[in-house]
Amino acid sequence: MFLPMAKPARSLLPRHFHDWFKSRGWEPREHQLELLEKARSGHSVLLVAPTGAGKTLAGFLPSLVELSETRPAKTRKSPSLHTLYISPLKALATDIARNLEAPVREMDLPIRIETRTGDTPSHKRARQIEKPPDILLTTPEQLALLLAHRDGRELFGGLRRVVLDELHSLVTSKRGDLLSLGLARLFAIAPQMTTVGLSATVREPDDLRRYLVPQGEKGRLADLVIVKGGAHPDIRMLDIDDHLPLAGHTAALSMPTIYDLIGEHRTTLVFVNTRLQAEYTFQELWKLNEDGLAIALHHGSLDVSQRRRVEEAMIAGKLKAVVCTATLDLGIDWGDVDLVVNVGAPKGASRIMQRIGRSNHRMDEPSKAYLVPANRFEILECRAALDAVHEAAQDTPDARIGALDVLCQHILGVACAEPFRLEEIYDEVLSAAPYAGLTWEDFEACVAFVATGGYALRAYERFAKIVKGKDGLWRVRNARVAQQYRLNVGTIVEATMIKVRLGKASRARPGTVLPRGRILGEIEEYFAETLTPRDTFLFAGEILRFEGIVEDEVLVTRASAGTDPKIPAYDGGKFPLSTFLAARVRAILADPFEWDRLPDQMTEWLLQQRRRSAVPGERDLLVETFPRGGRYYMTCFPFEGRPAHQTLGMLLTRRMDRAGLKPFGYVANDYGLAVWGAVDVAARVAREPGFLDDLFAEDMLGDDLEDWLAEAALMKRTFRQCAVIAGLIERKFPGQQKTGRQVTISTDLVYDVLRRHEPDHVLLRAARADAATGLLDVRRLGVLLRRIRGRIIHKPLDRVSPLGVSVMLEIGRERVYSDDADEILAEAEATLLDEAMA
Amino acid sequence: MTALLKIKHATSEIAVQGCAMVLDLTGAIYLPEHDVLLVADLHFEKGSSFALRGMMLPPYDTRETLKALCAAVARFDPRVVIALGDSFHDIGGPDRLGDAERSTLADVQHGRDWIWVTGNHDHTLPASIGGEVVHEIEVGPLTLRHEPVEGAGSEIAGHFHPVGKVVMRGRSTRRRCFLTDEARCIMPALGAYAGGLNVCDQAFVPLFPVGFTAHLIGTERIFAIARAMLCRD
Repeated sequence: MFLPMAKPARSLLPRHFHDWFKSRGWEPREHQLELLEKARSGHSVLLVAPTGAGKTLAGFLPSLVELSETRPAKTRKSPSLHTLYISPLKALATDIARNLEAPVREMDLPIRIETRTGDTPSHKRARQIEKPPDILLTTPEQLALLLAHRDGRELFGGLRRVVLDELHSLVTSKRGDLLSLGLARLFAIAPQMTTVGLSATVREPDDLRRYLVPQGEKGRLADLVIVKGGAHPDIRMLDIDDHLPLAGHTAALSMPTIYDLIGEHRTTLVFVNTRLQAEYTFQELWKLNEDGLAIALHHGSLDVSQRRRVEEAMIAGKLKAVVCTATLDLGIDWGDVDLVVNVGAPKGASRIMQRIGRSNHRMDEPSKAYLVPANRFEILECRAALDAVHEAAQDTPDARIGALDVLCQHILGVACAEPFRLEEIYDEVLSAAPYAGLTWEDFEACVAFVATGGYALRAYERFAKIVKGKDGLWRVRNARVAQQYRLNVGTIVEATMIKVRLGKASRARPGTVLPRGRILGEIEEYFAETLTPRDTFLFAGEILRFEGIVEDEVLVTRASAGTDPKIPAYDGGKFPLSTFLAARVRAILADPFEWDRLPDQMTEWLLQQRRRSAVPGERDLLVETFPRGGRYYMTCFPFEGRPAHQTLGMLLTRRMDRAGLKPFGYVANDYGLAVWGAVDVAARVAREPGFLDDLFAEDMLGDDLEDWLAEAALMKRTFRQCAVIAGLIERKFPGQQKTGRQVTISTDLVYDVLRRHEPDHVLLRAARADAATGLLDVRRLGVLLRRIRGRIIHKPLDRVSPLGVSVMLEIGRERVYSDDADEILAEAEATLLDEAMA
Repeated sequence: MTALLKIKHATSEIAVQGCAMVLDLTGAIYLPEHDVLLVADLHFEKGSSFALRGMMLPPYDTRETLKALCAAVARFDPRVVIALGDSFHDIGGPDRLGDAERSTLADVQHGRDWIWVTGNHDHTLPASIGGEVVHEIEVGPLTLRHEPVEGAGSEIAGHFHPVGKVVMRGRSTRRRCFLTDEARCIMPALGAYAGGLNVCDQAFVPLFPVGFTAHLIGTERIFAIARAMLCRD
């Protein structure tokens, strides 16, 4: 890509930089020079470029040039940073530091580059504040900590530039909110600074452009530089001769083909959606691995040291393949990957494109990838994803509205740094794009929360954490409050994890297992809860037998050879089918001409569905009812992703219960849900023609939702996260688990009390905002209910339809959701009665 | 057996050492033969105790706990109320009690004997909160104390905040509960912010050497759950 470029831009690059490029056999790329020009004219800029375009160097080039032109670092007096680099991953920061050292060393530039992460020793951190490097590479959390430091103003006073890497991924979460507030602070401290955002292709670049500059009334935008993608990716669906199953996510039939592909390529990344899929795939590939190929496993639950070993082996080019989850979605250059295989549903167009981009880091050569559907619905999803990739259509999420719990955390951080005036900080917060619409009332509510909890009953005035002085300035009350802030900074609240330890059979007492082996990693507590002793499951690449929970650890042994793992629950993973892909899947279904582009087995299946029931139109909701095994089933297919379907199922069963339909339970997947009960819905519809419209009416998002939220375990989990982020309760740290019940407090209890007394409290509002888009996906459910109004197609059947089977198969595999405690207790009590009677 | 499982609205009836007890949905116990109401681990002012340390929990826990206490008192209208210790979360608790809460407490104490058993959180209590303060007390065949004494038997105690967890086909619920065998009963905590200790914890083993039945407090009624049905956290 040696494009002709305008002379002035070229002249901005000093001679020794030109020489360095030449010595590498490179030519500065157009966008790299363009960024140099933007920097000279003092503009912030968003650089959108595919992997392999030299994005990182482009981001740093202006700083490297500027720093090489000023006096040597040693003689500069001002204790201020020049450039700050923020990345979502500390590993990425370290990796970039390594890459930057090459040009600095080879050109002998007088530039000091350092990283600062959670792992940086405290003496080095202290020195970084006293004698800042020229370029500091760090994470959003570390930036928040630095800004809350008393010397923050001095440290950042001379800041010239902030480089934000992987911006597309940062802005979609609460970390992005926190970072936006940090940026607003930096702009206030160093008005001369500019920003450079580095991003993969996104649907709405303007959202990111706003994020990069202080927002005023007009909604300013950073400049935009787009590097067009290089070669078109070579991506296809894996051909499957056998009939795929109607449900399930294991892709068992495709394993031999995937294994062959691994053998034919230099290095393959095999992406899956969940940890359990990763374990399964890894296991299956090794069963086939007669050639002893170096195939490794990488996912977030594995022990950190094990993950690091895999990463190092990968960089060193020692691995043939890595089976991985989203942990490897981001940025680090994994060396010589020439094939990406995505097993299971792609879930989103942008996600799949970023994964594909992991293969072939040279931009001008096509990335090569295979999509491997694991069931028939996933064939549809893969087809839709292939179309989207072909059109380069993106489905990255909408810009966030800044979370209030994050704002609470930030306000305390500001107070830790220096006394502040409310109005000034309000203006500053408004300049952060996610918070541009923040009302003064909400801002005040957050300040009140930080000070005393912000309750209508003003009981805690004398314990206030921040107080307003006679001078009108707010100050942090004492050093302990600042210490509390430092320990609790950040927006990542992990699910409570529990360590998995390999046990040893006791020689003295046969049959008992001693916790003497090594730690294999950790699993979510809620997963551990579903295990009973002697259950076998896949973890860390082995089939393990659950022996019990001993103290705070899950004790396991290796299962005897040949044991089949019993996977108790399929963990659906974090990513629901994107709205965009869902709409495309519905469109493919609705248009029989499109079916030609699907594998034969799929077309047959759909034709059968049309004969036996119906294939829904693009905007319709197909509802099928049928009897089976003495129960009455209702299945429907909204295609709106599992979280929205789960919420729908929960609300539907409540309404059906009220309507006397005696529902027993329901299951949901990404495509649809099935509800079953003692009463025939079809008979009811025959008597009351409008019944289904009423059942699926939008008013379920009113009282029914509110009633359910009072008990919903997912809502309580959401509230807990907000409570931790906002600083209501302290984080639990590893090794601090055994503090006893006096010190810890259950947020479930707090939720119950707060909900009864102040349903509009800022923390409950924060939790509801999260629930609307997160675990409960209420917003998407709302869109669905509006879409299907008057468009419900009811098919009373005498047995399950071809489409229906795929959802029905989730029964027994999926957890049946219920938050009704009495129902569970009654069942347990009845079990006792049965035993007593026997 | 039928007597053990008889269900009467929101309450449940059992017997310990031959002494009849009514288990109430609030977590209180009523002893009809003695006209005594028992409550345990109220932990009044736990919220403000956390606020002192910078965690501003909603300051409504004391009134929530009082609401439950008042409901139990209203249901049985007992001659005597005995609080089995840890009635306040800390020594400073009584002083931090809000005016409204203080007067609610006085109202509910009015016209009956009120006995505070001391606990590890409130080993002393000021006279200003009314009632009598004792270390332990006997009612019929039973000793009432805060912390159960191993091997003692014939006692009703609190201290442990027992909760039972039930998992049925992948669905789980965790509720406060009464723990009983023939000899002893451990009461659930009544306090709105009082957390719980799972009944599968080792701490309960010496107290119930031959096992126990857990009476879990549901939303509408109390459920008698066998030891074998209860899970760890």
